[in-house]
Amino acid sequence: MTGVDPPLALLAELTHRCPLRCPYCSNPLELSRASAELDTSTWKRVFTQAAELGVLQVHFSGGEPLVRRDLAELVRHANEIGLYGNLITSGIHLDAARLKELVEAGLEHVQLSFQDADTVSGDRIAGLAGSQVAKRQVAHLVREAGLPLTVNAVVHRQNLDRLGEIIDLAVQLGADRLEVAHVQYYGWALRNRAALLPSRRQLDAATATVEAARTRLAGIMVIDYVVPDYYAHRPKACMGGWGRRFLNVSPAGKVLPCHAAETLPGFDFPSVNEASLREIWYGSPVFARFRGTDWMPEPCRSCERREIDWGGCRCQAFALTGDAGRTDPACALSPDHELLVGARGAAETAAPEFIYRQHSAIPPRVPAFVSPL
Amino acid sequence: MTEEPRAPIVGSAVLRFAPHVRFRFDETRQAWVVLAPERLLLPDEQAVEILQLIDGERGVDSVIDELVRRYEAPREVIANDVVKMLQGLVDKKVLQV
Repeated sequence: MTGVDPPLALLAELTHRCPLRCPYCSNPLELSRASAELDTSTWKRVFTQAAELGVLQVHFSGGEPLVRRDLAELVRHANEIGLYGNLITSGIHLDAARLKELVEAGLEHVQLSFQDADTVSGDRIAGLAGSQVAKRQVAHLVREAGLPLTVNAVVHRQNLDRLGEIIDLAVQLGADRLEVAHVQYYGWALRNRAALLPSRRQLDAATATVEAARTRLAGIMVIDYVVPDYYAHRPKACMGGWGRRFLNVSPAGKVLPCHAAETLPGFDFPSVNEASLREIWYGSPVFARFRGTDWMPEPCRSCERREIDWGGCRCQAFALTGDAGRTDPACALSPDHELLVGARGAAETAAPEFIYRQHSAIPPRVPAFVSPL
Repeated sequence: MTEEPRAPIVGSAVLRFAPHVRFRFDETRQAWVVLAPERLLLPDEQAVEILQLIDGERGVDSVIDELVRRYEAPREVIANDVVKMLQGLVDKKVLQV
């Protein structure tokens, strides 16, 4: 197809199961059960198709990918066909033996999440006692194994004031890279927005902290940091543009332009059980829907930044306006920008309790005789 | 890990790709790519030529000499570009001394 480049990376959400219960989890509100997950041979086929399509990197993600007992087998397969494998993990239950198995299988990199620098607060946010201590041990194991380590810290109003300590923690753990990720408000996080959205004052202090640390730590630790949508003037180029660089495969095998796309109504997302990744990438109406610039309304359509930010995020446009085809309200030029400005007010009032992620009471859609992995 | 001061690249420095950084040719795109943790670089032709000279044996000065010879361009122009690019990649932990 003309004008469509092959995807660069595949986000493989192997499972929605996770020992943590973070209230900003990027998984959908309706979580897949173990019994609905793709099996080992199907995932291998997906990776093979991805490599043939031009995918270069695969991110083993979840939920918690370590709950899949076949993880090392999947890592090995991906490595053998030339994919660069990255593990995105909470670290819970990762011990030296399991890590050795993954390293031998060809894993290239570990991204380890931390919920805070403060142990008590971190455990509370993760919804799991003992999690922060376990994570520190895992960071040590990863460095011992000679793998590069990225610490991923999701930040919000309840930990942002400790960003300096989070940076110090990452340095102390020997991280090569720290990703300071502001919560993005879809799904669980949107439910918890009033408990999570930082104030302007917190944000400005955090940005200054990052800038100072970047100078101090040049050549020691890289810090990735983006100003959050709710305080930005222009939207982020979500996923580098819809259907331009990334593929996401959900635990049940749905192929998505991003991990949150299943929140959008009116789409019949294709499955790896029905078509190849190549057919889906180049032929699916889902991937064509918001690709490029033809779908854009004003003010995007005539904007000089239309091929820089690609209209921002479709899921955010839908979550806030009810229409996925509108300009992302994060843009100050959006007629809906007031929706974000209004939400900032909540950041100045007392934070409500978290609603932790959990599997809903809705029964799984697959027959009960399919046994979990 | 202890914090060490940033090491600016000197001419005698011998650079190599950091562990778990892959510089390889991609058949699909018919182009060289750099695969690294949280990074995926698609270097342009000039950058590829420089990176192909990073072999873990050659010093930065020697890389520059080779490019000067190939392009017959003034050394200071080439040296400036090369050092800037390499320093950026060292800071990003793609290359290491």
